[in-house]
Amino acid sequence: MAQEILKVVDIKKYFPIRSGIFRKEIGNVKAVDGVSFHLDQGEVLGVVGESGCGKSTTARTVIRLIEPTSGEIYWDGEDLLQYDSSQMNLFRQEVQMIFQDPYASLNPRKSVGESIGEGLLYHGLVENQEEMWDRVTEIMQQIGLSPDGAKRYPHQFSGGQQQRICIGRAIAMKPQLIVCDEAVSALDVSVQAQILNLLSDLKELLGLSYLFISHDLSVVNHISDRVLVMNDGKVVEEGTVDEVFESPQESYTQKLLAAIPRSHPRKVLK
Amino acid sequence: MPKPVLSVKDLVTPLQVGKNVYNVVDHVSFDLHLGKTLAIVGESGCGKSLTALSILRILPEPPCLPPQGEVLYKGQNLLTIPDKEMREIRGKNIAMIFQDPGSALNPVYTIGSQLLEVAELHLNLVGEEATERVIQALTEVGIPSPEERFFDYPHQLSGGMKQRVMIAMALMCEPDILIADEPTTALDVTIQKQVLDLMRDLQKRKGMAILLITHDMGVVAEMADEVVVMYTSQAIERGEVQAIFDQMAHPYTMGLFASRPDPTEKKKSLQPIRGTVPPLSEYPKGCRFHTRCPYVMPKCKEGEVPCFSIKNEGHETLCWLHDGTEESQEKWHKKS
Repeated sequence: MAQEILKVVDIKKYFPIRSGIFRKEIGNVKAVDGVSFHLDQGEVLGVVGESGCGKSTTARTVIRLIEPTSGEIYWDGEDLLQYDSSQMNLFRQEVQMIFQDPYASLNPRKSVGESIGEGLLYHGLVENQEEMWDRVTEIMQQIGLSPDGAKRYPHQFSGGQQQRICIGRAIAMKPQLIVCDEAVSALDVSVQAQILNLLSDLKELLGLSYLFISHDLSVVNHISDRVLVMNDGKVVEEGTVDEVFESPQESYTQKLLAAIPRSHPRKVLK
Repeated sequence: MPKPVLSVKDLVTPLQVGKNVYNVVDHVSFDLHLGKTLAIVGESGCGKSLTALSILRILPEPPCLPPQGEVLYKGQNLLTIPDKEMREIRGKNIAMIFQDPGSALNPVYTIGSQLLEVAELHLNLVGEEATERVIQALTEVGIPSPEERFFDYPHQLSGGMKQRVMIAMALMCEPDILIADEPTTALDVTIQKQVLDLMRDLQKRKGMAILLITHDMGVVAEMADEVVVMYTSQAIERGEVQAIFDQMAHPYTMGLFASRPDPTEKKKSLQPIRGTVPPLSEYPKGCRFHTRCPYVMPKCKEGEVPCFSIKNEGHETLCWLHDGTEESQEKWHKKS
């Protein structure tokens, strides 16, 4: 049995709605409303749901980019919400994130080598610039880019290559968990396949776990081991990929799966 | 075969960058038939949207130069008629819906007044008659309580509802042709299904031709009768939807299909097309796909690739693998 690295118990995140000149709180939006799940070492947990169902907020809350309203989060068995700032600093190395739009998440004024190496210097994983560039070269090879490109700037790369750079920046920290928030949604299908393969290869090579958020059900079906189906801030269904996709129990999941376009014109659904 | 309602022949759209001129749509031809859907598929930057914009003559000029070739509609070439006549046809006979309904609707007018404009301009309706027609259009696309939605601003509606308003606007004049440019890309799967069902239903009732532009093979499988696959500004394969899905002939089309995650063969790694799409200024000589093609032969690297027909009627491709020589046959059989 694989080791459990992340455990989330009944977390809630309510955003206040304020009104009037005193900004009085008149209600709240229940973005995440009692979500519980766990994630094992080396596992890929897919999170699916329609836009606005709270999947991104859940991901951000469990890694404390947003403080939860209530609930418990355990990282490697320790209570994450009790971490002090130095412990959080270490936690920030162990968990990395990849976003939907790679160009928006890279600094246009930094060469991609600097972007990848910045965290290494900040967290003291390398001693000096020279070591940093050696490590950057190594990472560029791992993500399938030529190390000559390290001195170039983000706009000189295609969308797929930029996403590779974002992945490189994440794995540079030697993380245990990577949160992929719609990481392949903005890419063309042939590039998307390359990135999905890269993510799978890196997972095997580095023993990573992914929290993989996507609205694209076929992508989640391909990459995940287990799936959470979310709706209105709640987990509707949870199970292994095969359970959820082959025999969905809840009516919401069935509705969601029935909406996937068929894969072949002759295949008649229903 | 019935006469096509719109016939595009050798459409070329040049784009000027500095002193260089590149063809962003390069000799594309196809026919649209009433009651049928033609899908143009390809990755971003392959020229599929520009093909649609060229037909309607709403290209950004400059940097684009006037398109050449022929777009025949009711016996006239839409590319050469005066602007005034084109304005009549645009919206009335050929309508278009766009990817992002949020930015295609005017945020400072209610949807009712935007729809009224169409009724007044193209249908010569005024006053109550116009309002009635608008309400009817909103009802047809399945918007609940249209009398109230009439006074809503675009931001008060959800994405799926906005796309329905766009469709209502496009179909109010009962056009012969509806051009849909990535109509469901910005929508969730459940909403996508509703919008696609709606388009199919309206097509059945009104019998218009749909030109569907998409990158999603799932949407193609749901909607299309005929498919044109575009790569680097060219149409590289064309055929009936069954033929494209079952007997795809061009290695690029095969690559597109192999890149899709297949639910029946999970855990197998995907087979992406190697390399990247070349930029406009660096299209390779010969076949534009030869630098990425797994079946490349010496003859692929030079000269124009002729169009070869494949056994099914209307199925053609720009690929040397189908020229019938021994070398090509051998490569072709080795693939499977």
